Amino acid sequence: MASQALSAPLAATTAAHDGRRRRELIAFAILLAAFAVLPHLVKDVYAQNVIVLTLMYAALSQSWNILGGYCGQISLGHALYFGTGAYATSLLYTKFGVIPWFGMIVGGVIAAAIALVLGYQLFRLAGHYFAIATIVIAEAGLLLVHNWDWAGAATGIQWPFVPDSWLTFQFGRDKLPYIYFALGLFAATWLVTFAIEGSRWGYWWRAVKDNADAAESLGVKIFKSKMAAAAVSAFFTAVGGAFYACFVQYIDPDSVMAFKFSLLMALPAVLGGIGTLWGPVVGAVILIPLMETTSSYLGGTGRGIDLIVYGLLVMVVALARPEGIVSLFSRRKAPKA
Amino acid sequence: MNAPLLQVDDVSRRFGGLAAVSNVSFEVGRGEIVGLIGPNGAGKSTLFNLIAGALPPSSGRILFEGEDVTALAAPDRCRRGIGRTFQVVKSFDSMSVLDNVVVGALVRHPHAAAARRKAAEVLDFAGLAPRAASPAGDLTPPEKRRLEVARALATEPKLLLLDEVMTGLTPAEAQKGVELVRKVRETGVTVLMVEHVMEIVMPLVDRAFVLHLGRELAHGKPADVAADPGVISAYLGDRRRAS
Ligand SMILES: Nc1ncnc2c1ncn2[C@@H]1O[C@H](COP(=O)(O)OP(=O)(O)OP(=O)(O)O)[C@@H](O)[C@H]1O
Ligand SMILES: [Mg+2]
Repeated sequence: MASQALSAPLAATTAAHDGRRRRELIAFAILLAAFAVLPHLVKDVYAQNVIVLTLMYAALSQSWNILGGYCGQISLGHALYFGTGAYATSLLYTKFGVIPWFGMIVGGVIAAAIALVLGYQLFRLAGHYFAIATIVIAEAGLLLVHNWDWAGAATGIQWPFVPDSWLTFQFGRDKLPYIYFALGLFAATWLVTFAIEGSRWGYWWRAVKDNADAAESLGVKIFKSKMAAAAVSAFFTAVGGAFYACFVQYIDPDSVMAFKFSLLMALPAVLGGIGTLWGPVVGAVILIPLMETTSSYLGGTGRGIDLIVYGLLVMVVALARPEGIVSLFSRRKAPKA
Repeated sequence: MNAPLLQVDDVSRRFGGLAAVSNVSFEVGRGEIVGLIGPNGAGKSTLFNLIAGALPPSSGRILFEGEDVTALAAPDRCRRGIGRTFQVVKSFDSMSVLDNVVVGALVRHPHAAAARRKAAEVLDFAGLAPRAASPAGDLTPPEKRRLEVARALATEPKLLLLDEVMTGLTPAEAQKGVELVRKVRETGVTVLMVEHVMEIVMPLVDRAFVLHLGRELAHGKPADVAADPGVISAYLGDRRRAS
């Protein structure tokens, strides 16, 4: 088949595809600009804190979505990678004086390596068994760190108090640097996802998710695809964990590796639209501020109740609109079940 | 280089105690359309799975272009040039029709833009152009079968395995299917097809191979096979009486 001219409907479909990609980039640029301006309008420290967390969870959920949404491998153990990033950065900094910028990359690489080792074992498991195994392994990791004396065991690691500096990425009161870093991290994860959507990996991963047998018959290597998705997903999750450690300047096992974090990475994507480019950020913008306000209203005991609140929210969305909130905005009608 | 495109060499496959395919040997030459026929449960789809690498054989060898590919997994066999459809359609339902075909095109076109271009050409060829933008899950059953064929064609196979792609089609749709298969052969692709409807398969194929209870019952020119007493009693007879 030589390169003949395409029929009108196909030429139109191809053009529509290119147009949509361009519009998505424009929308992304507008969103970034809005988030860059926001902290200059909202100066309240508490609100700025919520902005940091919202952007961080948008980035984390975008990372989770690469494996869970696009490749269809639902992990409920991403807290393991989050904790790996947080601990690698904190340990390198407090024990060896390695600046966090470097620690972030190291943490990301270690997490990707862990994801590959685990994936080697776990990707033989089907569906629910995979999800359950990720929970169990993340909990085992949590237990391990709890008993790891050199890493502070249950007491955790306190970062030393230092003057404000970009080098150590430490700022006592100023939230702006953290907002911008979180925005940058979100931008990176969004752009990676955008690039994946337009590349063969994106097609392969979605094919693996939809029908593995058919994918194999078309030359897709299932195992390799899942491994690649897991490594990319774990890397960015760990960078997010490293950022969190810089932000809170004190970590302990439960504050970075609890099951709650695994849920909080998955929920925005599920709420906003699993396996979509915009789902994680839409979900995070709704969920995280809601969660933060409910937990402060409910005081110190809010931890359990906010879990119930957003658990219910996700259930409502799952029942009413399984494709997530972003499907409300798409012109294409939702595929029938 | 003069080896037949496909050689199935004394292949067997058991499922527990059940011998789904037993000591089957045959060849498919370049440019042929060969029909694989036999009653329900004869082992046709199992044989397809063995050729495409979806299942390993219990014994025997599969040779493609003279090379032993028995140890190769399905994706590698696709890369070598074996394309297939599934009897029970397996579309990527969350993806558009075009994107379904892009997955196939990526085997030979690693750059997504080139693969999209290739996929668009294949959709035109397969007559699915008007549905290119629809989610695959929205297609009618006959359209889904056509999509299976298009997706396999996008991998630019040398050998195309078609498993009952005409089943459930109206006579008019089936006629279009026959035309598509002829058109595919004209582009130089060899076709091995399973089909139940004798009226469709016999005029289309150069040779027919009959399986019955996992074993070879007959093979040869369609007319000879149709006249074979063993085939008539085992298969065609049943069908004639039934219809
Ligand atoms: N994965 C499997 N596990 C166990 N038994 C199987 C499996 N696949 C096929 N079989 C059995 O092997 C035999 C051959 O099945 P196969 O699907 O190959 O037949 P077929 O000729 O394609 O039939 P049909 O015309 O109904 O499609 C049947 O008895 C079937 O039940
Ligand atoms: Mg069959």
